[in-house]
Amino acid sequence: MWRDAVLVAGKDLRIEFRSRVALSQVTPFGIMALALFAFALGPDRVIMAKGAPGLFWVAVLFCTVLAIQRSVSVESANGARDGLRLSGIDPAGLYLGKSAAVAVQLVVLEVLLAAGVILLYGARIAVPWLIVASCALGTIGLAATGTLYGALSSGLRVRETLLPFLLLPIVAPVLLAGTRIWQAGMAGGTPSDGTQWLRLLVVFDAVYLAIGVVLFGPIQETA
Amino acid sequence: MAIASPSPSAVSLRDVVALSGRFPLLAGVDLDVAVGETVLIDGPNGAGKTSLLRVCAGLVPLASGRLSVLGMDPGRQRTAVRRRVGLLSHASHLYDDLTVIENVRFAVRAAGGDVARIDPACERWGLVGRLATTQASKLSSGQRRRVALAVLTARWPEVWLLDEPHAGLDASARQLLDAVIAEAAASQVTILIASHELGTAEDTATRAVTVTGGRVTADRVLDRQTPTTSGSVTHVA
Repeated sequence: MWRDAVLVAGKDLRIEFRSRVALSQVTPFGIMALALFAFALGPDRVIMAKGAPGLFWVAVLFCTVLAIQRSVSVESANGARDGLRLSGIDPAGLYLGKSAAVAVQLVVLEVLLAAGVILLYGARIAVPWLIVASCALGTIGLAATGTLYGALSSGLRVRETLLPFLLLPIVAPVLLAGTRIWQAGMAGGTPSDGTQWLRLLVVFDAVYLAIGVVLFGPIQETA
Repeated sequence: MAIASPSPSAVSLRDVVALSGRFPLLAGVDLDVAVGETVLIDGPNGAGKTSLLRVCAGLVPLASGRLSVLGMDPGRQRTAVRRRVGLLSHASHLYDDLTVIENVRFAVRAAGGDVARIDPACERWGLVGRLATTQASKLSSGQRRRVALAVLTARWPEVWLLDEPHAGLDASARQLLDAVIAEAAASQVTILIASHELGTAEDTATRAVTVTGGRVTADRVLDRQTPTTSGSVTHVA
């Protein structure tokens, strides 16, 4: 399983390195979303800093949808998905590999978006480890759920429109927990409030990774 | 009644029905292919040749009937069956952003194949030099076919399911393909070839099966003495 996961993650990251879709399309989209939120909130830096945690995670969620769609479309061209099925690759390894590749892309994106909220919104981070932990756990949760629901929608002609509809309600706990942890980790927040939300993210990640490892194979065969 | 195979079956279908939605792809196929046998599958367009190969590869689930590949049930022992079966289909299964050599390496490793066979296979199919480092998106359809054949040659599975294998290949590549098929047949690989243009691969085959309307309608032993499909013919009801 782990060998297959590393193989698939390496393949997906190599494809991303070549095509640079995440870098040239997804990241600018995320930064543009942050800029538009700033325009909508107006010039008041206090309001912007207060809204920064939620806006950061909303931008990450939107970018996650794009990253997952890209991850699915890579397997749709030239019957590559059938090629993977025919290879007899371990479905659990395939799931973990594709999730890991999405997670790596999201981490890079989150670093840039975090820089964006600091510069654009004037947000000040007081407890860095809390912010880093929320991003790490949130990223795992988003990649795990996104890859699973991406596979679910992959065989459908309406997958581009269906995926956000399926995915966004499911990842609402990540949005909620991530925002609360960021609020706790920002200047003026209460760090102890963040730790219980971190526990929620750990449970969310564990549940969806377990579901994905078990169900990705059957979903791939029927989608 | 289908011709009985003398040695153990590599592929065995019993009254197999497969559907796409409510449309029947296969409508009760009975077929036995012995280990090491090379079988040609012919029939008109839309007869079910491709569906038969996809069913044997475990890509299409059965609506009813029984299927056994190398003694295993592809529905239940999916991974084990697929690692021992190779399907050359109309789709190239290539990733456009990867180079030729990266595609071959990934496909062979994913299938648990012997990585030492990758370079000789690529060399054999002329996938060397600049072509090896060319992105798949820039390849012609014939070159894509060569890459898919290089993957199959490097993997060298026990059962080859070849769907129109000569399509898109130039004369020299067709000759090479025929030689590879003959070599595989000589090494006891079980081969099913669905094709309209068989070339000299026909000389290697021992049997020809006609599929019409999702059923096997004729099953005949090929006489090696004559290049055409003469020999004893059994019409299947």
